Amino acid sequence: MDYRTVLTTCTYCGCGCNFFLEVLDGDPIGTIPCKTSPVNEGKLCIKGWNVHEFIRNDKRLKQPMIRKDGHLTEVSWDEALAYTAQRLKDIKAQDGPDAIGFLTSAKVTNEENYLLQKFARAAINTNNVDHCARL
Amino acid sequence: MIDSIKDKVRELLDSGEIKGFLGLAEKHGHVAPHLFQQGEDLDIMVLGDGAHPGDARYPLSKYLINLYRAYPEETFGILVRGCDDRALKTLYTWNQLTPNKVIPVGIACPQELADACECSRPYPDDITAGEQAEPRLSETVDTIDNLVLTDRFDYWMSEFVKCIKCYGCSNICPMCFCNECSLKCDDLIKKGELPPEIPVFHHTRAMHMVGRCIDCGLCEEACPSGIPLRTLYKKVNTILSSNFDFTTGMRRGQRSPLNSLEPVKGNK
Repeated sequence: MDYRTVLTTCTYCGCGCNFFLEVLDGDPIGTIPCKTSPVNEGKLCIKGWNVHEFIRNDKRLKQPMIRKDGHLTEVSWDEALAYTAQRLKDIKAQDGPDAIGFLTSAKVTNEENYLLQKFARAAINTNNVDHCARL
Repeated sequence: MIDSIKDKVRELLDSGEIKGFLGLAEKHGHVAPHLFQQGEDLDIMVLGDGAHPGDARYPLSKYLINLYRAYPEETFGILVRGCDDRALKTLYTWNQLTPNKVIPVGIACPQELADACECSRPYPDDITAGEQAEPRLSETVDTIDNLVLTDRFDYWMSEFVKCIKCYGCSNICPMCFCNECSLKCDDLIKKGELPPEIPVFHHTRAMHMVGRCIDCGLCEEACPSGIPLRTLYKKVNTILSSNFDFTTGMRRGQRSPLNSLEPVKGNK
């Protein structure tokens, strides 16, 4: 018997609500909002309450994927990052930095969003930065 | 106070009487529900007190149902306050748990918590730690009852309209164990509408709390909109008490008056 309550942070939005995943024998069976969290104080929205459901979905991506010969193929993080870095360099060299745009996410933290725009402006030299909330 | 709980739990685990003890622990700086198992260090055990006594309580009996369903042959210990004790008694009656597979280890709530909860019985049957506090009657229900009807109606409607339909009240509720929930039935509660139709949504839940609500107050603590749900269900319990002489979870085996086909004794 392996019963655990695993403290984690909600991935649905940037608020960062804390909850425990109730895990019985490796299976996530429930979500328990963390009462001592200063962020959500034991409360959650309907999406947060159901996190244990979506992480079990068969369609959830668990590995990065690269389209090879027309088919999405699971690859390692090293391969995915090396591929992305090379393509960004190639596109920038061939068509200039403004041929590249970056879409950030409401599901990551403020700091991660900051890093992405910094990368866009300082490393790639483009101001093409937008956000999923405007899509 | 916690030492006597730890001693009792260690004794139960060492003797093999229980497979595990469902209580609370401090992990990563937070109070978390935790299953203590044999040989485990009880140092991390806490009683759910954050800034105030009992402000980090969890519906442990709800998690016990999950364990019981997966391991029906095993016996578990569980930390109980007065409300948890009422929850266990009611869950036995509703056949969600078996009494001979559950060993409650009780703590009596301090007066500060009993006052804050307006708790009618702030202690369990068997007390391992703590002193019995004085029971309290609900002044919040009286305050709202004293409003004239139109004001009372306006008060509740202005509260219900804040609902964001997170279902937190039923998700946290140790008494919400139905396989099919009326609040998720498309014919009654339409999908994609906020707030959910008022007051139908909240009155449906209030009706379903008859003979179920053990007044733990966790629903109100879980509500992101701050709707005074505990007051609403306390009112339901007040009606049950005055009209049917029934208090949920006080006596083991006593069924809710609305679940009886016989004429109800004590009906005024």
